[in-house]
Amino acid sequence: MKCRKCGGAAALELRRHNAAFCAPDFLEFFRNQVREAIRRHKMFTRDERVLVAVSGGKDSLALWDVLLDEGYDATGLYLDLGIFDYSVESKAKCEAFAARRGAPLIITRVADEVGGPVPVIKQVTRRPPCSGCGLSKRYLMNRAALEHGMAVVATGHNLDDEAATLFGSVMHWQTDALPRQSPALASTHPKLVRRVKPLYRLSEREAAAYAFLRRIDYIVEECPFAKGATSIAHKEILNRMEEASPGAKHNFLFGFLEKARPAFERAEAVQLNECARCGQVTTGTVCAFCKLADQVKRAAADVPPAPEQ
Amino acid sequence: MKVVLRNPRREVEVAGNRRVKDVLRELDILPETVLVIRGDDLVTADQMLRDDDVIELRPVMSGGVR
Ligand code: SF4
Ligand SMILES: [Zn+2]
Ligand SMILES: [Zn+2]
Repeated sequence: MKCRKCGGAAALELRRHNAAFCAPDFLEFFRNQVREAIRRHKMFTRDERVLVAVSGGKDSLALWDVLLDEGYDATGLYLDLGIFDYSVESKAKCEAFAARRGAPLIITRVADEVGGPVPVIKQVTRRPPCSGCGLSKRYLMNRAALEHGMAVVATGHNLDDEAATLFGSVMHWQTDALPRQSPALASTHPKLVRRVKPLYRLSEREAAAYAFLRRIDYIVEECPFAKGATSIAHKEILNRMEEASPGAKHNFLFGFLEKARPAFERAEAVQLNECARCGQVTTGTVCAFCKLADQVKRAAADVPPAPEQ
Repeated sequence: MKVVLRNPRREVEVAGNRRVKDVLRELDILPETVLVIRGDDLVTADQMLRDDDVIELRPVMSGGVR
């Protein structure tokens, strides 16, 4: 297989683009897709400070790497979820990356904020770990950006993540979730920062290839709670469709963004309030994060938690 | 030839002297779900593997709510 650009030996085939690239030309392709995403959705400018949510995985570290190379003022935010060895190792990867690139990294411990790490939250709430975890992450990302005076949070969501989320929403016709699925969500309140996904045009295989070719030391192991997640089942289904028809995932997501999403946009705006406890934005009186932290802290005061592995 | 699989890390022995895509098919792995790594390089599905090659098939999927 030959590189589409230079005719040299290819390192990676991109079937959905009907192309293959050598390592240097693939890296340039990858950066171009990120540039295109940022430009097309006016994600941020070089005058803005960007908070990059990093997990230690390939996507977020690849994103941070590109943004730094492109000259953006990008600070990392690592949320320590307290998920056993997975968190210990993924945190070390982020710290090593930050040190190597000389980039600033903010670390926030979920246990300090919620009253217990994710395994304890799971125990106390008796809900799937991803629900309390996801809620905490969204809240803490937004709060960290506000506290540090940054107008935008960038996450490493890739094409596969977005296609799998869309698939899940469509399977259940969650018409309220559909308009919120976007590569860039504008701020709708002074205390809500913009949220952007500069990797949405790139597949997770491309993100992994970028990280590998850039010699980024990322965590290959998965969060132990990811196993049963429905998003993984959806990704598997989509990958099978992709195998049969290259470009299927891309067409599914981009078709939605270009043709269908506007149809689900709601006319009436939701009423946004400031949480009576913490001042962050909520649709109710007390925000979901404060309620969660309340529940976890109360449980911790009663019985000392003993997380099962 | 030796194939290194991840999550959990393990090794399997398969016959070499054939193309990457044939090895993937034998192991029932979709090409879209892995990077094929030999040393410091990525290998495309049409490349021939030798009997003394060691390759890593690194899954690219990440999951959960992020
Ligand atoms: S898989 Fe679930 S529990 Fe694990 S980090 Fe992701 S959201 Fe959190
Ligand atoms: Zn080339
Ligand atoms: Zn609150």
